[in-house]
Amino acid sequence: MAMSLIGIIFGISFFVITQAQTSGFEAFFIRTILGTNGAIKISDRFQDMDGTVSKVSEDGKSQFFFRSREEARYTEGIVFPDEIRNALASYQGITGISEVLEGTAELSGVSRSFPVIFHGIRHHDHSQVSELDNQLIGGVMDNFTTDPMSILVGSRIAERLMLKKGDRVVMKGGTGTIQLKIAGLFETGVSQIDKNRIYIHLSTARQFKGERFAGSFFQVGLSNPEKAPELAAQIQYHLGHRSVSWQEREKVWLDVFKALRISSAITVSSILLLSGLGIFNVFAIMVIEKTRDIAILRSMGFSRFDASAVFLWQGVIILFIGLLSGCIFGFIGTYFISEIPLRIRGIFSTDSFVVNWDISHYLWAITIASVFVIIASWIPARRAGKIEPAKIIRETL
Amino acid sequence: MKHSPLLQAKNLRYSFNEAGIPTHVLKDVSMELLPGEITSIVGPSGCGKSTLLYLLGLLDRPDSGDIFLHEKDVLKCDDQTRTVLRNHKLGFVFQFHFLIKELSVLDNVALPMRKAGHSATTSHKKARNVLDKFGLLDKASRFPHKLSGGEQQRVAIARAIINSPSLILADEPTGNLDSENSKIVYSVLSKLATEENISVLLVTHNIELAQSCNRVIRMRDGRIIE
Repeated sequence: MAMSLIGIIFGISFFVITQAQTSGFEAFFIRTILGTNGAIKISDRFQDMDGTVSKVSEDGKSQFFFRSREEARYTEGIVFPDEIRNALASYQGITGISEVLEGTAELSGVSRSFPVIFHGIRHHDHSQVSELDNQLIGGVMDNFTTDPMSILVGSRIAERLMLKKGDRVVMKGGTGTIQLKIAGLFETGVSQIDKNRIYIHLSTARQFKGERFAGSFFQVGLSNPEKAPELAAQIQYHLGHRSVSWQEREKVWLDVFKALRISSAITVSSILLLSGLGIFNVFAIMVIEKTRDIAILRSMGFSRFDASAVFLWQGVIILFIGLLSGCIFGFIGTYFISEIPLRIRGIFSTDSFVVNWDISHYLWAITIASVFVIIASWIPARRAGKIEPAKIIRETL
Repeated sequence: MKHSPLLQAKNLRYSFNEAGIPTHVLKDVSMELLPGEITSIVGPSGCGKSTLLYLLGLLDRPDSGDIFLHEKDVLKCDDQTRTVLRNHKLGFVFQFHFLIKELSVLDNVALPMRKAGHSATTSHKKARNVLDKFGLLDKASRFPHKLSGGEQQRVAIARAIINSPSLILADEPTGNLDSENSKIVYSVLSKLATEENISVLLVTHNIELAQSCNRVIRMRDGRIIE
């Protein structure tokens, strides 16, 4: 019985710890990508002359279908940004709208060049849809906002070109060449962005690209990012521009995290299942060993329920001790795990285990353990309640 | 003065299937017990003595017939009511003491009273009184395996009477005891019948013991023959 109790304690602890880790990394990843690319990206426009939308549900979960691609007119980027901005302002839940002009260029330092993707932004707008200010690892944001010929460079680009704050760089491409001064370096943690993105002023980007009014896309921030798919569908329906939520954009990674979380939950639940089987075995043997005592108790006036209750109560006591100890150990374990150094660079940047303190992990562990232990106790308890005293006493004598 | 019967059994039939063949254990058994009377049932092995005892003790149900306890048709009662009747009105003593080995003598005796809803203090107080009557008070804190066979059986009787039942059903209570302890156990039961007006129904193979009772019921092949 002690081993089963230990199994319950460990099962709950491991469940809490593994869920805290997997959901912690997932939450951190979501924070990173929301803080970098926003909740919704609104980009190119399709104009289907035969009717753009063939089917969409009210909750926006259905995808858009273009009946005839051949007849659809494709418009790259945002042609009328002011109109789109005004239209977006009427949607509820949008906390910020940032117009971005995207393009490619070659960035040259003192001794070498490197291809980059520039994002032309208005800092005030972009800070409302991203964590750019917090991602600054060198330099001062004011230097960027006040100087239209300044640039923010991704940390990995800076490493490759050996650039630092205050250096001057040359950006080639588009309409020609412009010279910019590095106002700061940023690190998002997403290596793909850090090694190829730079931020410049929107007006500078338009000038460089030779497009006086256009934007490439809008980056939208939401008060509740979970509602991004519904809102993106509505925006696409109303404005005719391709709108992609962060969930759709990062679906591959989110699916990976989900699979990991479920996989670890199933693995750890097997510990609880085995403990439940252990409890079942112990109780089943106890019922067999105590059959005569149960029969005698029944002859004294103890009811079927009394006989069952003995085992149910033992199950409840084991469960209670297991839940309490398991949750405490799980909490302590999660804390210690979060202190373990772990350097990760790639899809996000962290130097230690990321954990998510979520009550739902404890509730799930409690639910799973309770189900196993209650079933493991209830079956032998039911059997104890069914013992016929006359038959047992007759067989015993 | 004629007493109304404490228990009446009418036309009891009981059978069970063994390998698909029905075996008739009791065939139209009728009897009655009076308050304060000590009655023995004797007969060869397999004649249905113990089965009759378990039916009268509400541990089993007959195929047909009626059982009245205090003029109440107990066969019409549900399981819960029969359970309560067993706790309040009946006491069992078996060939083996069947004490709970994990409990002390005192706790064993107090058990039926605790089930009846009395507090631990009240139950223990009454249990001490009963044990004192049986000369076992000094053994109250011991565990059953530390007692002699006679003492264990007296503790079992003490447990059976703790709730002041109307009827004690004893299935060969001296079957495992030597003659001296058998006499002690019988005298205890006899005393309960005469002094506390408790009816005792005793199943035994001991003819000498049976003949000491107020009445002897003889059984053969599932019928009462005398």
